[in-house]
Amino acid sequence: MDRRCFLLGAGAVSVALASRAAFADQASPPRVMLLVELKGGNDGMNTLVPYADAAYRELRPSIGVARDKVIQLDERVGLNQKLEPLMESWKARDFAIVQGVGYPYPNRSHFRSIEIWDTASASNQTLSEGWVARAFKGSTLGKGAGVDSIVIDTNALPVTGPELRTIVMQDAENFLRAAQGMKDTGGVPDGGNPALRRLLGVRHEVNAAAAGLRERLQDGPAPAYAYQDPVFGRQLDLATRIVMARVPVVAIKVALGGFDTHANQVPTQERLLGVLAAELAVLRRNLIAADQWKNVTVLTYSEFGRRARQNASGGTDHGTAAPHFVMGGRVKGGLHAAYPSLADLQDGDMRYSVDFRTVFSTLAQGSWGVRNDFGVRQPQRLDLLA
Amino acid sequence: MTVRLDRRGFLGGAVSLSAILSMPWTARAAQAIGFDEARHLLSRASFGATPAEIQSCAGLDYSEAVDRLLASPRREALTPAPRWVNEGLKAVREAQRDAVEKLRAAGNDKNQAAGIVRPIQEQGRELRNWWVEEMLVTDQPLVERMTLFWHNHFTSSLQKVRFAPALYFQNALFRREALGNFASLLKAVARDPAMLIYLDGVRSVARQPNENFGRELLELFTLGEGHYSEADIKAAARAFTGRSIDPATGSFAEHVQQHDGGEKTFLGQTGRFDGDDIIAILLRDPHTAETVVRKLWLEFVSLTPDPAEITRLAAVFRTGGYEIKPLMRAMFLLPAFRDPANRGGLIKSPVDLIVGTVRLLGLPVPEKTGLVRMLQGLGQVPFDPPNVKGWAGGESWISSYTLLLRQQFLRRMIEATTVSSMGGGNAMMQQMPPEQRPVEGRSLRDAGGEAKLGPTLSGVDPTALLRTLLPRAPIDGVEVAAPPGAVVAQALLDSAYQLK
Repeated sequence: MDRRCFLLGAGAVSVALASRAAFADQASPPRVMLLVELKGGNDGMNTLVPYADAAYRELRPSIGVARDKVIQLDERVGLNQKLEPLMESWKARDFAIVQGVGYPYPNRSHFRSIEIWDTASASNQTLSEGWVARAFKGSTLGKGAGVDSIVIDTNALPVTGPELRTIVMQDAENFLRAAQGMKDTGGVPDGGNPALRRLLGVRHEVNAAAAGLRERLQDGPAPAYAYQDPVFGRQLDLATRIVMARVPVVAIKVALGGFDTHANQVPTQERLLGVLAAELAVLRRNLIAADQWKNVTVLTYSEFGRRARQNASGGTDHGTAAPHFVMGGRVKGGLHAAYPSLADLQDGDMRYSVDFRTVFSTLAQGSWGVRNDFGVRQPQRLDLLA
Repeated sequence: MTVRLDRRGFLGGAVSLSAILSMPWTARAAQAIGFDEARHLLSRASFGATPAEIQSCAGLDYSEAVDRLLASPRREALTPAPRWVNEGLKAVREAQRDAVEKLRAAGNDKNQAAGIVRPIQEQGRELRNWWVEEMLVTDQPLVERMTLFWHNHFTSSLQKVRFAPALYFQNALFRREALGNFASLLKAVARDPAMLIYLDGVRSVARQPNENFGRELLELFTLGEGHYSEADIKAAARAFTGRSIDPATGSFAEHVQQHDGGEKTFLGQTGRFDGDDIIAILLRDPHTAETVVRKLWLEFVSLTPDPAEITRLAAVFRTGGYEIKPLMRAMFLLPAFRDPANRGGLIKSPVDLIVGTVRLLGLPVPEKTGLVRMLQGLGQVPFDPPNVKGWAGGESWISSYTLLLRQQFLRRMIEATTVSSMGGGNAMMQQMPPEQRPVEGRSLRDAGGEAKLGPTLSGVDPTALLRTLLPRAPIDGVEVAAPPGAVVAQALLDSAYQLK
């Protein structure tokens, strides 16, 4: 791959963004990254549709999105019409789509590939720390609320590591109740026992996080607009409350599952894209109303895209590169990087045009003022944030 | 003599716990180790030691107690093998393909899809349940502990292998050699079909050697990082070429024509080495024994390995021909192991916590899937280590998430009621006749002196209960005036219960 090809779609690339030390100034709250994992491997080709490409019709004879069901963004690509709720953001230019996000030597195992994404590792490298934690290696976080990241999902890997105090919870009420069952130990000595030290340390973390959250969330403001989906909507509702209460976390993670569409893909993916778009649109409205949209960056990602050619069951199998969304008050909207060529597939899969680690390091620097290229040679910056 | 204990000892025993504890410790042996040290030994060498187990140990001399634990290790599981273990690889893969095709045809029709079972997933589920069952019913928990240790050393996962029979036989190998011989085990692992699939040995041929097995053999199984070069990995990979599996049966097959019989230089020695030669060289290198002893130390002794002791034990291990039993004996006899300050010095693994608590309380759990789900939540699914390095263990078992989840699972075991509901709804369970359903809904807190905890608890001194359940003084404080059931409940929820 030509290392430079992602410049084409991105327009200007500022290699050296001014290092904004977000944490030097303790008075301003950190910018929050809202990570949205699309579990199972979302089909990028039917999300951002290369509708004008004849090869698309040939590869997707029965499950391709019909031209009149595509919301055209330019003369080549357009959004699946189920994503229509996001057009408000598109028109306001705070919705960026990074095309062809992937990595070299792609792994097609769900388990392994999401681990690669979560840890920002190379394909042949196994790391145990998440990329957000790695981004903060060597920098000091403010100790504001006793918690640095909140995972409203089961997979906490992106924010797992000694640099971050991470709390996993399904909902705030349960977490606070469970934490109450483990009162602070009031200085029980560990007697030099490292196992006990660890246990007491984690208890302290839980208590500190609960204390920080309880006082902020208890009488915190409620979102202005209601979410609809019982699972994803509830996660975003909690995320919204955390942001509105100005809990100084650097990341919140939510997830939407069910994208592993090997058979009869269209109804499933349409339903999921519909939920994703509708709820992200509500999120945007809520955060604009609360004057917090400028402090939040939303990033969607998935372990892989899917094969270019549909399979015999009206579905798609595990593939490689896919487009991903970046939204937020400081996001430079529009299409970024290049859509992978359907005429130049590699073993039936799209070649990536942007390494996902480049997206991560761009956002880490722009949002948090921390630098980490995650081992990508010749690191570049995408022009995603104002 | 082998110790065979009724795991219901906690409930049913004729001997009252008070009587056990009030028995003079010197009654049966000149230097009887007593209740607390017996508890310490068993908390490390078994899962959830019951008062009866502790008692049977307490009257012995310490080395006598250790010898009894190691006397005649069980080499085969008590639990009958799943019915499919002799199915061939080809047959399972074909059945899987059929099932997947049927599922695709069923599409979104949930009724039609419900009856279709994918054999790879189903056998995996049954295999995990089978091992959890064995850990619960075994009369020799130490053998299962060691089996789990070797599984975490020579990792293979269902996720990658996708052929449960091979994992079953690998598990049988680990059990057979659990307290046997490390050299034999290593040689067998290098021919083990699950390992050959897991680390891509099946694809490794003279023309194109795959380095995956060679790399992990040196880095994780024997020498450890920093004691070999990339060239050694390449040489090892070449030496193991030709080892594969029969595509029909999935059993080991040697393809002589795929083997690279050429000259290799490995760790400074040159010859026309094959896999067994490489292993022989590795077994002569002192780092191999050190790697194993260090890992055993972290698993059984403490979180702070003593380098001098490790070197000493490793030398004995190597010169003694890699016999595992005497090594374990030496480890249990270490002053560092016996030091009273070392009690509660390890964090319970998810298996310790879940299997141990179920054993201790004697909860009948006919269907193990709920327990496996708990293990999954806490980060330790048998047959599915997270990666080739295995579970990191130690301090990493506890995070804010898993600590709260551990409390939640313990609370469920205490308050309720049915273990099945812990995993979140199991349709099969609802259809069972009530008498077969797991754990009738009596809360441990209200059990008082009757029912589940049985007559053994009635009138028992609460501090005696605490000495059984906790390795050290409670961290949160326990209301000892409460009824015995409530004392047990408080002890299980005390953070000290997370330690062993």
